[in-house]
Amino acid sequence: MWKTVLRRVLLMIPQLFILSIIVFALGQAMPGDPFTGLITPQTKPEAIEALREKAGLNNPIPVQYKDWMVRILRDGNFGQSYTYKMPVSTLVGNRVANTLWLSLLTVILIYLIAIPLGINAGRYQDSAFDKGVVIYNFISYAIPSFILGLIFLLVFGYKLHWFPTGGSVDLGFKKGTFDYAMNKLYHMILPAITGAVLGTTGTIQYLRNEVIDAKTQDYVKTARSKGVPTDKVYSHHIFRNSFLPIAAFLGFTITGLLSGSVFIETIFSYPGMGELFISSINSRDYAVMNTLVLLYGFLTLLGSLLSDIIMTIVDPRIRIE
Amino acid sequence: MENEKILEIKDLHTGFRFEDKYFDAVDGVSFSLYKNELLAIVGESGCGKSTIANSIVGLHDKNHTRVSGEIIYDDENVVNYSEEQFNKIRGKDIGFIFQDPLASLNPLHRVGEQIKEALIYHTDLTKEQRHERMLYLLGRVGIVNPERTARQFPHELSGGMRQRVLIAMALSCKPNIVIADEPTTALDVTIQAQILDLLSELQNEIHAGIILITHDLGVVAQMADRVAVMYAGQFVEVAEAKELFRNPLHPYTRSLLHSIPQSDAVGAELNVIQGMVPSLKNLSRDGCRFAPRIPWIPDSEHEKNPILHQISRDHFVRCTCWENFHFENEGGC
Amino acid sequence: MSFLEVNDLKVHFPVRGGFFNTIQDYVYAVDGVSFKIDEGKTYGLIGESGSGKTTIGKAIVGLEKPTAGEILYYGQLVNKKRLRKKLGYNKEVQMIFQDVLSSLDPRKRIRDIIAEPIRNHEKLTKEEEMKRILTLLDIVGMPSDALFKYPHEFSGGQRQRIGVARAVALNPKLIVADEPVSALDLSVQAQILNFLKKIQKDFNLSYIFISHDLGVVKHMCDYIYIMHRGRFVEAGTREDIYNNPQHIYTKRLIAAIPEVDAENREEARIKRIKVEQEYSEKESIFYDENGKVFDLVPISDTHYVAIKNKEDLGYVENSIA
Ligand SMILES: Nc1ncnc2c1ncn2[C@@H]1O[C@H](COP(=O)(O)OP(=O)(O)O)[C@@H](O)[C@H]1O
Ligand SMILES: Nc1ncnc2c1ncn2[C@@H]1O[C@H](COP(=O)(O)OP(=O)(O)O)[C@@H](O)[C@H]1O
Ligand SMILES: [Mg+2]
Ligand SMILES: [Mg+2]
Repeated sequence: MWKTVLRRVLLMIPQLFILSIIVFALGQAMPGDPFTGLITPQTKPEAIEALREKAGLNNPIPVQYKDWMVRILRDGNFGQSYTYKMPVSTLVGNRVANTLWLSLLTVILIYLIAIPLGINAGRYQDSAFDKGVVIYNFISYAIPSFILGLIFLLVFGYKLHWFPTGGSVDLGFKKGTFDYAMNKLYHMILPAITGAVLGTTGTIQYLRNEVIDAKTQDYVKTARSKGVPTDKVYSHHIFRNSFLPIAAFLGFTITGLLSGSVFIETIFSYPGMGELFISSINSRDYAVMNTLVLLYGFLTLLGSLLSDIIMTIVDPRIRIE
Repeated sequence: MENEKILEIKDLHTGFRFEDKYFDAVDGVSFSLYKNELLAIVGESGCGKSTIANSIVGLHDKNHTRVSGEIIYDDENVVNYSEEQFNKIRGKDIGFIFQDPLASLNPLHRVGEQIKEALIYHTDLTKEQRHERMLYLLGRVGIVNPERTARQFPHELSGGMRQRVLIAMALSCKPNIVIADEPTTALDVTIQAQILDLLSELQNEIHAGIILITHDLGVVAQMADRVAVMYAGQFVEVAEAKELFRNPLHPYTRSLLHSIPQSDAVGAELNVIQGMVPSLKNLSRDGCRFAPRIPWIPDSEHEKNPILHQISRDHFVRCTCWENFHFENEGGC
Repeated sequence: MSFLEVNDLKVHFPVRGGFFNTIQDYVYAVDGVSFKIDEGKTYGLIGESGSGKTTIGKAIVGLEKPTAGEILYYGQLVNKKRLRKKLGYNKEVQMIFQDVLSSLDPRKRIRDIIAEPIRNHEKLTKEEEMKRILTLLDIVGMPSDALFKYPHEFSGGQRQRIGVARAVALNPKLIVADEPVSALDLSVQAQILNFLKKIQKDFNLSYIFISHDLGVVKHMCDYIYIMHRGRFVEAGTREDIYNNPQHIYTKRLIAAIPEVDAENREEARIKRIKVEQEYSEKESIFYDENGKVFDLVPISDTHYVAIKNKEDLGYVENSIA
């Protein structure tokens, strides 16, 4: 199996290469350049021109691309953010960590909510509990994410003051201390719950259907015909099979959350990748934007690889050799 | 002890609910099963064969199934047993073998674990003893390398091996009764022959009574001691196997036998039974249920409320229409 | 006179794997078979599942590309799409599939399903087309109100007839029928078989009849090929095969048929055991050291057996007598 993983990782190289060309081409196609924002009526055109020359923006396009790639690969230099005045790698690095923690918490919450709800709704199909779950599902499906986010923010943030309304950590905590970590967690809870409520819809629905479907499978009938007690039929035979598609989807769920974080982070002013992405678009901070697109692409590829690996672990029928 | 009765079914009715009404798929079936006997139930698909099998051990979804009548096992009527009560006899006293060996095995569990499962709930064996017994069973059903096979997953085995595994599973607790629902329908003929021979051999060893459900009259002829021919929820003819093939009486039995490509009339036109098995909702429950498919036989030949008539010691036929039955192209006699 | 000739046909499917996902091995699904098809005759193809029957059928109608060998239609090669088109071959050679339901588009009405081949090959007005379809429905014994129904509204037997109607729509010379009755009940099977025989007489059709049911093949076929591991182990007339089987594989197949004969079941069982024993003892006479079937050699005008030395047959014969 490790051979396949290695092969898939190697395969990611050309994929990323193509992605980088697309990203670069898009950057070229955009109107303006990083210096456009610096132009004021007082700026001399020659000064701008000098800056452009110095930054290599007057070189032929393939050379510019090569230079860009060389800087990234050799020096880990993704350029300089013009709005934040710091290296993109440092900037993005902090933000990525924030988003990863938020996504992780969201995934955990999703499964904590969705698994018991989905499984029991499926097991006790048409019971009052099941009907309640179906209604919950319907509501969480119908509400657009930003509205739910705003409602939570308003109620639990501004009105009740239970949770902070922005940021990822308060000032005055020392990095690495326990209190620092708890404060970070405290900031993540509200956005994570919002993301989780939205994320549960599909998962609950899916699990419920899988359980209902699994109940009618022949192997379940076989298990019952062996005299396996009902609880064991569920725990040994039905649930495990029902988890398969969910597990297979875990990789995609995570990448989905990473990119879906754009809305939630913006609403909660949570300093993560998504929020950075939006602000970099607004300020035409191409170096940041390009880096983030590359990163999203990379994470998507990683997510699908992760899904495949999980799949081969949980489902013996799928053998990657 | 040859004739020890191990199962008695009296007037079994099993109905499925559509909206608010129940429609009987099994409509007044009675029979007994004896130790060491192989009883075949034969008929076209949709006649209710599997429904009988599932009713005996309560495998139906109780929310939309209604079972009534008597199913007497070990002096108790199990018809209205709860799932917990059924679990005490399923797998222990009554073993099941299903049609599709791949679908019937859990794809995520190793074969060995699936065989051991029944032993956990029905025996006092220790873990090591269960493992020993599982390996013994695999060997007993003709698997060459039990240790290896036990560690494999169902999809890694051939169709024939999977069916052997299912048989090992069904027989793991030495049941008194084995119900095999179309056990070889999905297999190639050569594999079918092996599996059927294995089943007979194992029966001689544990003396179980077997209910073999099939639509293949060849399989019936090779395997059965007694045969029940089923049509539209009822038995239309019950007889000892040799008697049935020597002297088939009911028009349905005769029509079925007549539609098989026969070796003595190669290439001749085959008999076709007009129409088809009615669905539950379209089935008319008055009079002879086979009458619509033999419309050239006058109404007067049928009984109003057809019952099973005893023709000889071991031969029963439903309705009176068999007496003057002839095929359409034969003309009256 | 034979109008179709198949010479040394091979269809190999690559098995991929390894680090670069290269071709590691081949499935020799069909591995060198030759035969000729005469007008108005029925040819049986029997063998266990996986022996390559369907693949031969597909290669003949052009759905599977031969790896090697030639298919000649009136002496002309038809192994390329262009060549088939030029000769109108696709119109003359049709296939009925084992799993009809999956070969019928569930969203199309019966009318369009049957009309499809007509529209592809002939230019007819709406009225002419309708008349043709009604005639076809009549031929297969279906009422005209079937026209506007969808495939799922029919029973298995009816669907099989729709498959037949579509196959005969263009008045072909040859129909490859792949297990057309395997999934049907006895009485419906009888109906379809009678019907295939009737239209054969009416249109002077030829059939390649694929099945694993030896009783059915015996009933339908003039000439029979027994297949094993992608090759023919024996070929002969109905009488050759059933009354005088020579290859151990054929013997085993015939011994395994459960005859509708309750009186002699003990004899049948003993015979089966004997043949099974012979099968394991005589393997080396009929298969080479790699388990491959030998080439066919004639033992009479019509009867062929795959064996290394014809002399061994006598030895086999004596040893069972
Ligand atoms: N769970 C079910 N719900 C509704 N109808 C059913 C169910 N199971 C079987 N039936 C119907 O009952 C009849 C008998 O089915 P079955 O016992 O499976 O027949 P057989 O095994 O003889 O082919 C058929 O008409 C079938 O459609
Ligand atoms: N498209 C395919 N790719 C790879 N292997 C195939 C393909 N189609 C068939 N095979 C393999 O070729 C062999 C012959 O298959 P098939 O012709 O369908 O057999 P039959 O019809 O006799 O059951 C089998 O081992 C099958 O798994
Ligand atoms: Mg059934
Ligand atoms: Mg096939």
